Amino acid sequence: MSDPVIEVRELRKTYGSGDTAVHALRGLNLTVERGEYLAIMGASGSGKSTLLNILGCLDVPTSGSYLLDGIDTAEFDESRLSLLRNRKIGFVFQSFNLIPRTTALANVELPLVYAGVRRAERRRRANAALELVGLLDRAHHAPNELSGGQQQRVAIARALVTSPAMVLADEPTGNLDTGSSREVLGILDRLNAIGRTVVLITHEDEVAAHASRTIRVVDGQVAGVLV
Amino acid sequence: MRLLEIGLFAVRGVTANKLRSTLTTLGILIGVASVILLLAVGNGASTAVQQSIAGLGTNILTISPQRGGGGNPSAASSSKPLTVADATALADRTEAPDVKSASPVSSTSATASIGGISYSVPQFVGTDPAYFETTNSAVATGNLFTDDDVAQGRKVVVLGATVATQLFPAADPVGNAVLVNNIPFTVIGVLATKGSSGSQDGDDLAVAPLTTVQNSLTGYGGLSQIVVQATSADALPAAQAQATTILNGRHRIGIGQTADYRMLSQEQLLTTRTATTDTFTVLLASVAAISLLVGGIGITNIMLVTVTERIREIGIRKAVGAPKSTILGQFLVEATMLSLFGGALGVAVGVIGSQFTIAGIKPVIVPSSVLLAFAVSALIGLFFGSYPAGRAASLRPIEALRHE
Repeated sequence: MSDPVIEVRELRKTYGSGDTAVHALRGLNLTVERGEYLAIMGASGSGKSTLLNILGCLDVPTSGSYLLDGIDTAEFDESRLSLLRNRKIGFVFQSFNLIPRTTALANVELPLVYAGVRRAERRRRANAALELVGLLDRAHHAPNELSGGQQQRVAIARALVTSPAMVLADEPTGNLDTGSSREVLGILDRLNAIGRTVVLITHEDEVAAHASRTIRVVDGQVAGVLV
Repeated sequence: MRLLEIGLFAVRGVTANKLRSTLTTLGILIGVASVILLLAVGNGASTAVQQSIAGLGTNILTISPQRGGGGNPSAASSSKPLTVADATALADRTEAPDVKSASPVSSTSATASIGGISYSVPQFVGTDPAYFETTNSAVATGNLFTDDDVAQGRKVVVLGATVATQLFPAADPVGNAVLVNNIPFTVIGVLATKGSSGSQDGDDLAVAPLTTVQNSLTGYGGLSQIVVQATSADALPAAQAQATTILNGRHRIGIGQTADYRMLSQEQLLTTRTATTDTFTVLLASVAAISLLVGGIGITNIMLVTVTERIREIGIRKAVGAPKSTILGQFLVEATMLSLFGGALGVAVGVIGSQFTIAGIKPVIVPSSVLLAFAVSALIGLFFGSYPAGRAASLRPIEALRHE
């Protein structure tokens, strides 16, 4: 417990206000160690997606603290948060979220462009990331020319191209068939094997089985360690 | 993040969806082109009217009698008619050096007939030979009458083109006799076609010596008009002043009294007509303003749709770490490219379209309209292309991503 990547204390997130307020997170505590492979499970509406969005700095908590690599994100303004998203976090969405009409290579290069990496270096690293997910031969295809599984692999390549401290995946296999799911999970396993921290949300036990630790979120709180 | 990269993203954004970019460009194009074209048509129409009036000659003064004026205010009936003596006095070389000629005109409507054909001539003009030169009337066949014809009171007539074709559909009128109000006249010439000015047919007339017309048709009362020709267009104001002095003296009009005649120059006519065309131009300008407004709303609409459609893309870009300023920059450059390209095409279409004659009017481009249409469209495109994008870029990434 000496080197946590994620340290969350008393995290609360409330949508709306007054009588109609929805409490998505109610004082959640969570610590994720470097190199861990964590699966988050929970019924829909339990707050697990809200948690992951906050961990990915895509959303901000109503109260509570979130330390990423020991830095309190509450002190960050929008422009520094975008820097944080760029350098420390790789996010994989259930619905892939690739930029349409743009080649796989350009999609993977995107975070590097915003990081200010030079063109030649960018190309080299994007190709390496595509090679890692086994899609180097599809580098010049647009998302609509790729299957769902291939799109998700491009999205994973995009998430890991900046060598982030952690990869967050929100039901990455939710929209995929069994074969594609297996490929995607295989890539995540390999990422974890080379030392990347991976946090993923899933509904399925067999997906969770890939993780080194599983937690269950119930009513905006961590219910218990399932192992 | 270098500017070049932002520019490349913008180029990619514009070319990624060609249909959308084309429609946006088209919206701006139509807005700009319609304003330029409409104003050019309005301007062209007013220029055409001015030129047609200028073609009538700018060195002509028309003097006609006016009731109500007079030397003695107490007697309303004291207004004197215009006489041949007035015309002679106006042509005086020493009193009026800037007057080239002054033609007395006595006109009436008359019925001309030959054989079974009868035609009502609206203007049967009695005058002197100088009238032809003053009114730019050239002879097509035959001859014009001379000073001698006037002095002798010969019953000769020169027909306008319309009258000639009405009375002599097939034959050459020259040398034939026509009955004007049952008085026989000999046709000695036919005038060349002048065309119509406004609603009036300039060829629907017949011209005869003044003495003959007064003797047989109008009597020796007042003249209908005296047509004065100045030595040049520049000498017109001087000629007008001299003519006024002479007539005031002859009609005993004192200072401050209303004259019993009316003097009109073509320039004054021009001013009146210009006022009419100005109304026309204002009308077209307001139509152009409306089309600019509609074009602007169209641009606003398509830009808003374009950006709204891409809020998700903005969310993705933010999720992978794009700073707000970069996203804003990209959309600003995209909007600039589309606006400038569409605006430039619109100017091109407007300018090319103005080369064609539209509904009988040759459009003349108003330079300021090009600038105005271009600037307004480009600014609207810029604002509505980048402002909503800036708003979207301020959202939290998850809000932008969830946007449908």
